[in-house]
Amino acid sequence: MSKLTPADRVMLLATGLLAAYQVAFGIEGTGTLAMASFTVAFGLILLEAWITMILGFEVLESPTVVILSTVIPLGLSLGLVVEYLPGYRTIYLVFAALGLLVIAITRFASPGRIAALTVVVVHGVAGILIFILPLYLSLSGRLPVGFSLVSLGGGLIGLAGLLLSFLKTTRPLLSQQAIWSLLPGLFLLATLAFVVGFQFV
Amino acid sequence: MAASATTHHTFVPAEIKERLQAYWSMIKSLQTGLLLSTGLAGYMSARCPVMHWPALLSQAGSLFLAISGSTVLNMWYDRDLDAKMQRTAHRPLPAGRLSPKAALRFGLLLSILGVGWALIIDGLFCAIVFAGLFFDVIVYTIWLKRRTAWSVVWGGISGGMPILAGRALGVGQIDWIGLMLALAVLFWIPTHIMTFSMCYSDDYRRAGIPTFPSTCGERATRWVIALASLAAALGMASAAYGIGMTWGYLRVLAVLSAGLLALAISSLLRPSVGVNFGLFKYASLYMLSTMALLVAEVAR
Repeated sequence: MSKLTPADRVMLLATGLLAAYQVAFGIEGTGTLAMASFTVAFGLILLEAWITMILGFEVLESPTVVILSTVIPLGLSLGLVVEYLPGYRTIYLVFAALGLLVIAITRFASPGRIAALTVVVVHGVAGILIFILPLYLSLSGRLPVGFSLVSLGGGLIGLAGLLLSFLKTTRPLLSQQAIWSLLPGLFLLATLAFVVGFQFV
Repeated sequence: MAASATTHHTFVPAEIKERLQAYWSMIKSLQTGLLLSTGLAGYMSARCPVMHWPALLSQAGSLFLAISGSTVLNMWYDRDLDAKMQRTAHRPLPAGRLSPKAALRFGLLLSILGVGWALIIDGLFCAIVFAGLFFDVIVYTIWLKRRTAWSVVWGGISGGMPILAGRALGVGQIDWIGLMLALAVLFWIPTHIMTFSMCYSDDYRRAGIPTFPSTCGERATRWVIALASLAAALGMASAAYGIGMTWGYLRVLAVLSAGLLALAISSLLRPSVGVNFGLFKYASLYMLSTMALLVAEVAR
């Protein structure tokens, strides 16, 4: 079992507190669906950070946690689409719901290549949206430049997801210990970037 | 030996230091702190944003003494059981670092001071604090703990008294919000205690203490834990709504409660030592976080 260092615990605690702040204050003023999506996404960041703090990194390898982890980018991207690309709201809602359903089914029914491929596709689309959309909105002048920090958060959490996926490969680029030592810092920085970025809305 | 130790520790002789450490460990500072936080949150839920520091500190002192006193009296009475359990055999009484007489005197002193101080503060507050102490020491520990697994209900009732006392002191009466807060703690306690008794089931069996897992089976216990977690979350939500908690804080409360329920359901569907331990730890974090939310809400 991996041993969390005190610094890991502090970073995971801080990640949860930042996410709690965002749920309480950071998403006021958004529409009902966007608020629900952001609440689910940041709520899951809070819970995953604190449950990891309690149980250790192994919990991130549980199939249930893998499915719930997919909800984080889906929730964030859905909130962004609903708020800033309202024309695509319905189609993306259907994509998110179907994506989650297929991930859940494949993860339990046929874990393996199909399950991994589904996660890559759904996670990938959601991740690209979180990365591209805030950047586009900032650069096009629709929102302040600071909002592009949400893209940075998306990039960082995408990196965390990539590192976690290395754990499943036969010849990982980094050792398991190295990946786990990087994760708390990445989670904290990503959440911080999200929270600060959303302040510019 | 003591003399040489004294020369190394210039300020406090080693013997006194050890004795103080033994007394301190008798009050179970983390558990007492958690219950104290519920009492303070109950009070602040009524009085903030106008802070009455002298009243708050006075209440904190009284509750700390009364909770610590009942904890010490529990340990004094259960010293024979503690000696049989691996987890508790190192405690000051079974390990011989304190005599039973000294522990009894200490427990009685703390309890009398705590209840006496509560009487000076307010009659109703004192009555609830005394009820908590009575239910914990007499009903739970002395009467029921060795007889029935259902003693946990009385442990829960006594655990709900600090928050009820705090709320009653704040509003001057027992109101439905205070009762909901107390119920939330009451239902939270089975989650806390039963996950713990499952973690240390061998120890409890060795000591002959009837627990839910040993008398009703682990599956039934997990069901009770899940239902109690749901009831605790509902109690906390209704109290928060009654206090007038804003949507932002209610959302955080919903997230925290969802975590508690998810772990309880996970423990039911896919039982494991890890999930059980996680639920036990998360339950404490949940209680502390919800108390912080109550305070943050009214202090904003």
